[in-house]
Amino acid sequence: MVDKLMTEADVVARLRSGMTIGIGGWGSRRKPMSLVRALLRSDVSDLTLVTYGGPDAGLLLAAGKVRHLVYGFVSLDSIPLEPHFRAARERGGVRFTEYDEGMLQWGLRAAANRLPFLPTRAGLASDVRRFNPDLRTVRSPYGDEELLAMPALRLDAALVHMNRADAAGNAQYLGPDPYFDDLFCQAAERAYVSAERVVPTAELMAGGPPQSVLIQRWHTHGVVHAPHGAHFTSCAPDYGRDEAFQKAYADAAGDPAAWAAFVERYLAGDEQRYQRAVGATA
Amino acid sequence: MTDVVEAGAATATLAEVCAVACARAWRDDGEILASPITVIPSIGARLARATTDPDLLLTDGEAALAAGVWAVDAAPDELEGWLPYRAVFDICWAGRRHVMMGPVQVDRFGNANLSAIGPFDRPTRALLGMRGAPGNTTNHATSYWVRRHSPRVFVERVDVVCGIGHDRAAQAGPTAAEFLDLRRVVSDLAVLDFAGPDGAMRLVSTHPGVGVDEVVAATGFDLALAEDVTTTPLPTAAELALIREVIDPRGLREREVRPR
Repeated sequence: MVDKLMTEADVVARLRSGMTIGIGGWGSRRKPMSLVRALLRSDVSDLTLVTYGGPDAGLLLAAGKVRHLVYGFVSLDSIPLEPHFRAARERGGVRFTEYDEGMLQWGLRAAANRLPFLPTRAGLASDVRRFNPDLRTVRSPYGDEELLAMPALRLDAALVHMNRADAAGNAQYLGPDPYFDDLFCQAAERAYVSAERVVPTAELMAGGPPQSVLIQRWHTHGVVHAPHGAHFTSCAPDYGRDEAFQKAYADAAGDPAAWAAFVERYLAGDEQRYQRAVGATA
Repeated sequence: MTDVVEAGAATATLAEVCAVACARAWRDDGEILASPITVIPSIGARLARATTDPDLLLTDGEAALAAGVWAVDAAPDELEGWLPYRAVFDICWAGRRHVMMGPVQVDRFGNANLSAIGPFDRPTRALLGMRGAPGNTTNHATSYWVRRHSPRVFVERVDVVCGIGHDRAAQAGPTAAEFLDLRRVVSDLAVLDFAGPDGAMRLVSTHPGVGVDEVVAATGFDLALAEDVTTTPLPTAAELALIREVIDPRGLREREVRPR
């Protein structure tokens, strides 16, 4: 099997400005934060970002990397409103496409299945249609229903974080929820998986039931060993959300000087420096 | 209003009256998922299952279906199933769910906003986003909880239609309206439904000590009135015991809604 091990920098070197990138996880849960931090350090910009948004969206918006955000919500979960997202919305200058959460899943599913769209009731009659006038409806060929035709959300690249992976790109979640990470990978031209631990395939399979190996190597184009890589979002059962750090992040985000200090302290250096600064035993 | 009202031999706070009013939203719903958002509706849903509606399904707030009754600020003792987000969309689109959301604005016909205040392109206050509100309302029963009833929340027209109302659904055609099922609105002043003219919001009951005029004045549109506006039922002694001893022993409810 092909060895797909690479570093965060290798992943970012494969990304280009103007790409459409999907980020797995959900809110402030199991986000591929070390990959996001690597993106922050790069000169890649002008991105279209598709996400069940959390601090991934917040950080990339704050760094001016995002031209177009496609999302159902952006939240830090225990802190309902993401401060950078909120500031970016209120400042303007970025295109925001806000879908119902289920529509987002449906668009990824359509892309994964190479379909131009999938029909749904979600979004009908709501302002999702008013703010996205390109959305069309489709009449059932079998009845009278007129359904919203959710267009495929095709991704150039997907970034997800898992608990375990092997070097070939099989990857396992050990927490309670797979979120939509497999769908993000399948909707993408190329999928990059970071993991808390990279282990031999036999160890991966011994680590949980077969169905916990959510991501299969045919999805995957790169595997990154990223211990504590989801910090400060949760990565159950390896660790929970770092609530104290998240609060510090949210507090700093509200004030330009405090944010500059936060960036200097945590984000100006590489991932090792970040992990040292947050006190992790990487 | 006063913060303490008589309930038979016991006394109930406003928060407890609201929680019980929320519980009644799920009455006779059968074997469906009750999805309460925030503390008071969560108390209500757990109370409903512990008393009148034992068949309801409830989640632990993460990815599990929880059995039994447990405290709003604790993890459940027993689980009965798995419900990751992907399965939440399945149960939602199957129609086997009744959500109670907390909008920042809701209008006469039940259009609800969770997304932003002001123009969408450059809002004066950006909030969560659409979340699941468009899909929820086009697929299954929906109720709303408003912790502070005011003309800023109960508005003539919401800035962003996330959850759809009766007027918008009717304009969009029969498929949008097919499974629209707006049930009730519980606020800190009153209980309302959508049995007014053309599916307009209607005042059903006011909480103990609240006058009809007070609710009308706190509502930013012409509020339809039920023929006989009653007083919101008080918690029974058994309901109060469940709330205080089992579901919310540390009193989170009193932080979510306060007497005026």
